[in-house]
Amino acid sequence: MSDTAIDRSRLTVSDEVAIQILGMNKWYGAFHVLRDINLTINKGERIVVCGPSGSGKSTLIRCINRLEEHQSGKIIVDGIELTNDLKHIDQVRSEVGMVFQHFNLFPHLTILENCTLAPIWVRKVPRKEAVETAMYYLEKVKIPEQANKYPGQLSGGQQQRVAIARSLCMRPNIMLFDEPTSALDPEMIKEVLDTMIQLAEEGMTMICVTHEMGFARQVANRVIFMDQGQVVEQNEPEAFFNNPRSDRTKLFLSQILGH
Amino acid sequence: MSGTHAHSAAFVRDAMLPQEPPPATSVGALGWLRQNLFSSWLNAILTVLSLALIGYVLAAILPWIFQSSWSAGSLAECRDQIKAAYGSEASGACWAVIRERWLQLIFGFYPSELYWRPILGFALALAGMAPVLFTGLPRKMLYLSLAAPFVVPWLLWGGTVWLPVSVALGFVLGYAAQRIVAPLAGGLLGAVVAGLLPVLWWFLLAGPFATLLHQIGPLGIEPVSSRNFGGFMLSITIGLTAIALSLPIGVLLALGRQSDLFILRAICVGFIELIRGVPLITLLFVASLLLNYFMPPGTNFDIILRVIIMVTLFASAYMAEVIRGGLAALPKGQYEAADALGLDYWKAQRLVVMPQALKISIPGIVSTFIGVFKDTTLVSIIGLLDPVGFSNSIRADVNWNGIVWELYGFIALMFFVFCFSMSRYSMYLERKLRTEHR
Ligand SMILES: Nc1ncnc2c1ncn2[C@@H]1O[C@H](COP(=O)(O)OP(=O)(O)OP(=O)(O)O)[C@@H](O)[C@H]1O
Ligand SMILES: [Mg+2]
Repeated sequence: MSDTAIDRSRLTVSDEVAIQILGMNKWYGAFHVLRDINLTINKGERIVVCGPSGSGKSTLIRCINRLEEHQSGKIIVDGIELTNDLKHIDQVRSEVGMVFQHFNLFPHLTILENCTLAPIWVRKVPRKEAVETAMYYLEKVKIPEQANKYPGQLSGGQQQRVAIARSLCMRPNIMLFDEPTSALDPEMIKEVLDTMIQLAEEGMTMICVTHEMGFARQVANRVIFMDQGQVVEQNEPEAFFNNPRSDRTKLFLSQILGH
Repeated sequence: MSGTHAHSAAFVRDAMLPQEPPPATSVGALGWLRQNLFSSWLNAILTVLSLALIGYVLAAILPWIFQSSWSAGSLAECRDQIKAAYGSEASGACWAVIRERWLQLIFGFYPSELYWRPILGFALALAGMAPVLFTGLPRKMLYLSLAAPFVVPWLLWGGTVWLPVSVALGFVLGYAAQRIVAPLAGGLLGAVVAGLLPVLWWFLLAGPFATLLHQIGPLGIEPVSSRNFGGFMLSITIGLTAIALSLPIGVLLALGRQSDLFILRAICVGFIELIRGVPLITLLFVASLLLNYFMPPGTNFDIILRVIIMVTLFASAYMAEVIRGGLAALPKGQYEAADALGLDYWKAQRLVVMPQALKISIPGIVSTFIGVFKDTTLVSIIGLLDPVGFSNSIRADVNWNGIVWELYGFIALMFFVFCFSMSRYSMYLERKLRTEHR
């Protein structure tokens, strides 16, 4: 859990819409994994998604950059609706960064190459400029000195910070995090959370699946609780943690905070 | 002195121990012998037995190799020379046959005044391969790699210079089609047109076009017919082409087999299973006999070209399966990370997936290469004079009737040199990539 002081007054939410999900449903085969999801997320919001294992949290955020396809309803990201149109998908993907539980760095490329690959090949940024951007973000996540190493030579926490830097190099408007700290040892969790807090302070729109309730209290402006593929409850963090309304939420909170 | 106190758990060392040399039996030659050959009684017995076996085999072979004749003109003369030199009981190798025929074993019936052409071609092929195999070399050399596939066949077969130009034009055509069609009609159609157009060009227009150019500007070297190709030159021509082509085709087949497009997947699976399910010999017979029935009468579809196509298809099917193994070993997260960064399918394959999948598959890929190269000896069955085929024709000569081991030994040695180099290269590459990525 992070104890870095954060100035909440600096966290502002605009009233422009970043992501809109309307009546969205998804099935894996016959299994109805997401049921009638309706969500509107404004620019600058920091959303924490929590819920029991298998409730569909990962699936939900993976639908937002079309790593998973939804079967009905609408997902509109930055004004672009996600359909089968590959152009729209690529457009959305280059504006939405994603950080995975297991980092998913490219092991055959150096840290620097990991960070410059997509800007050079997708955004067509000149190599020199891409390297400058990469070094800027690597400094931001506090590991510029590792730039020429390979991912296998870094600790888990360092790898996850590289993964964040790699996403940021595409200059995304929205960042998705799928349990970014749950594969990490406790002493490395803080360094990753600090990086995320820093991002939040800079006004990044963030959706974060996490079990770090300290982070949720501190950074989130909204907590979404999911169970069985549905959004069961959403509220501001204080209200959410202090007086949860649904029984499922109460049970969940007592399980993860109780012991 | 002892630093421990038997009765209490607390412990403080009061003197540091100096570093001492290891015992003599664990270092140096003695240590190596002990560790590797005599580490236990069983190991020692096995060592002695193996040494005895090796000694026995060498005792039989070495005299045969060295009590030999290098200067005879026939097998009978050879035997007489050996008997005269080493006693009537001695049997030795008749290397004279190699000395007399080695040029033919290497070049077949290629006209001897033109030997410089295959030699230059081979050197050019090596120079073209070098920058691909060794990334440390200057990148400018890649132009050689691009030119070699067109220049080397021209050197080998000769003829008009316009034919390779015309063939190269097919690639330009494909590239242009891709650049023009893809933005207009989408990537898939672009790829299809870019694939079909060059094939049509090669089959229908490339020949006449080259002839036309040749009439306008006759420029060429003396043609050499495929019938005169033979020996290792033939093996290398077939093997190298099949090796160079089977890797890219294998990659495409492996990707096709994993594709979401049902038809494409079905075609790739069908092709792979069909080719793998048929012996190479059968394919070669198809190449040598059947294809002639299907071709319009009068067309002259070069036999070596037909064989190369069959061997390439055969190798590609195996290659596809080897690469599929590498693809399957990649974690799903790699694809997802590439997708999430906005890399499209081909870029993700080229930049993220293939470098890793190919690295994993190196041992299998090189095994396939080695297999293909050795399998080129099968062409002797359809009457091509590869080294094995040629050795048969040497034996048909009255002078050398009955000679076996010398020829096969020489051929085996040559093949071993090639295959062992490939195997060493693969180990070098694996070691290099391992240190790079770790
Ligand atoms: N590719 C798939 N095919 C079929 N079922 C799947 C697939 N991926 C996930 N599921 C199922 O969908 C449900 C939701 O999965 P999801 O990964 O979204 O859950 P989650 O809330 O992220 O859980 P966790 O906290 O364990 O990560 C689970 O029951 C899972 O078994
Ligand atoms: Mg999950």
